[in-house]
Amino acid sequence: MGTARARAYAAAPMCGIVGIYSKSEAIAERLGAHAADMLAQMADRGPDSAGVAIYRDPVGAGESKLSLHAPDGMGDWSAAVEALDEGLGVERARVLGAHHALLHVRADADAAQAWVAAELRGVGVTSAGRTIEIYKDAVAPCEFVERFGIAAMSASHALGHTRMATESRVTPAGSHPFSTGLDLCLVHNGSLSNHNRLRAELQRGGTTFLTENDSEVAAGYLTARMRAGATLEQALEGCLDDLDGFYTFAVGTADGFAVLRDPIACKPAVMAETDDWVAMASEYRALATLPGAADARVWEPEPGVVYSWGTVSV
Amino acid sequence: MGGAGEATVSAPRTFDLSVASVRELNAALHRDDVVDCRVVEPGGRHAVAVGMRAPVSVEIDGHVGYYCAGMNKQATVRVHGNCGVGVAENMMSGTVVVEGDASQSAGATARGGLLSIEGNASARCGISLKGADVVVRGSVGHMSAFMAQRGRLVVCGDAGHALGDSIYEARLYVRGEVASLGADCVEKELRDEHRTELAALLARAGIDDVSPDELRRYGSARRLYNFDVDDAGEY
Repeated sequence: MGTARARAYAAAPMCGIVGIYSKSEAIAERLGAHAADMLAQMADRGPDSAGVAIYRDPVGAGESKLSLHAPDGMGDWSAAVEALDEGLGVERARVLGAHHALLHVRADADAAQAWVAAELRGVGVTSAGRTIEIYKDAVAPCEFVERFGIAAMSASHALGHTRMATESRVTPAGSHPFSTGLDLCLVHNGSLSNHNRLRAELQRGGTTFLTENDSEVAAGYLTARMRAGATLEQALEGCLDDLDGFYTFAVGTADGFAVLRDPIACKPAVMAETDDWVAMASEYRALATLPGAADARVWEPEPGVVYSWGTVSV
Repeated sequence: MGGAGEATVSAPRTFDLSVASVRELNAALHRDDVVDCRVVEPGGRHAVAVGMRAPVSVEIDGHVGYYCAGMNKQATVRVHGNCGVGVAENMMSGTVVVEGDASQSAGATARGGLLSIEGNASARCGISLKGADVVVRGSVGHMSAFMAQRGRLVVCGDAGHALGDSIYEARLYVRGEVASLGADCVEKELRDEHRTELAALLARAGIDDVSPDELRRYGSARRLYNFDVDDAGEY
């Protein structure tokens, strides 16, 4: 942790966030390309790592999609896919190099996650649900987009993040988005001051964490609040009381997304909307890449106010 | 660019930032022979038209990113769109007009000139103002005029929380609601001299449907100026 700490305090806390939600077929068709263009504009805010949560191709009842990450590599994944097929039944597997794979399995998400945790050594579940796919890695944003073929994807909506690391190591696991439950994810620009104490409290309640990352604590907090019965809006509003620090959050759900800034509005955010899309980003230049941006309604979200699109009640 | 002895190329009049870089634009704007010009396709880029020194006009067609027209001297910069963080920061003189909204810290530390925002400004508008005038047609966010030292901030809409926190001698005028006043900021009487200066400021910003009598004046209670030995125990 020594070098990571030194790096943490040497770097300015920046990071970039983007989010786009389609309201037309034409936008949905090219949503991955739009998200990739937006992410590229935010590359200099976060050159350390990048990630995208993209919502597309919903699977049927009793099935689920798992984004899997193997920190030490799984070769061509054939042994893992075979094991998954025997254990759960594999509908489709998309292998993205030795470290990442997307599996569509014939089991619901909770059962599938439990099976992977118990049976697949060296593999972590980055996201689980019926529509979400999370891709992230510790590479520069433009390389990330190429590596995972983001621009070729059609989708209903997506959130993305470019990271300038401050609070923990530069690893794929420390990259955003963080899963906060089935079909849920969080991206964060900022830094939290009370994450160690809050992590300990959440751990006592049974939440587990993979990293020392402050944003993962925010994700764990939202997950725990929603497990306890809070709606996403209520969980986000709880952040205003329970999180100490700076944050602009964007949260993705199966059918929508939500945005919250801390009450001091330390971190930037700008939103825009047309008849075809709603989008948010750390800076306007990311929004400027979208079709019709020049004529969009553009505004800055108020601090301490939850904004949401689509269905965010879960 | 021509070398010694070749005919010099005159300063250009239109810059397309989808083609030219911001560095090329600003280098051209800093030339001694700079003339009135127009910037198109700004695309939210940062530092557009910073460090101007000449009494020329720059029209910007679209939204810009951070620090637009920062350190401006003499020039008139008009943004036909919105601005990111820190428009006209540390302006020395001249005029900057934003036809849309301005993000945080508009006019930060500005020492002279006029910043006119025709939409709203968000948090920390006029933070550490040092002598410039800022006129906002709409509303301003929280912590506006924080530690403002000199100059005037005129808000025709509402002001967010902690207006004028730790203010020195800047004068604040607000027409609408003030969510709360910051430490050492108080409402003060609006006298004839203030009506006169307000009328002039509103006129300079092209606002003709607001009467100075509709605004209220705020400023420093001057209780934080000097160390009081009786407070030594507080530190």
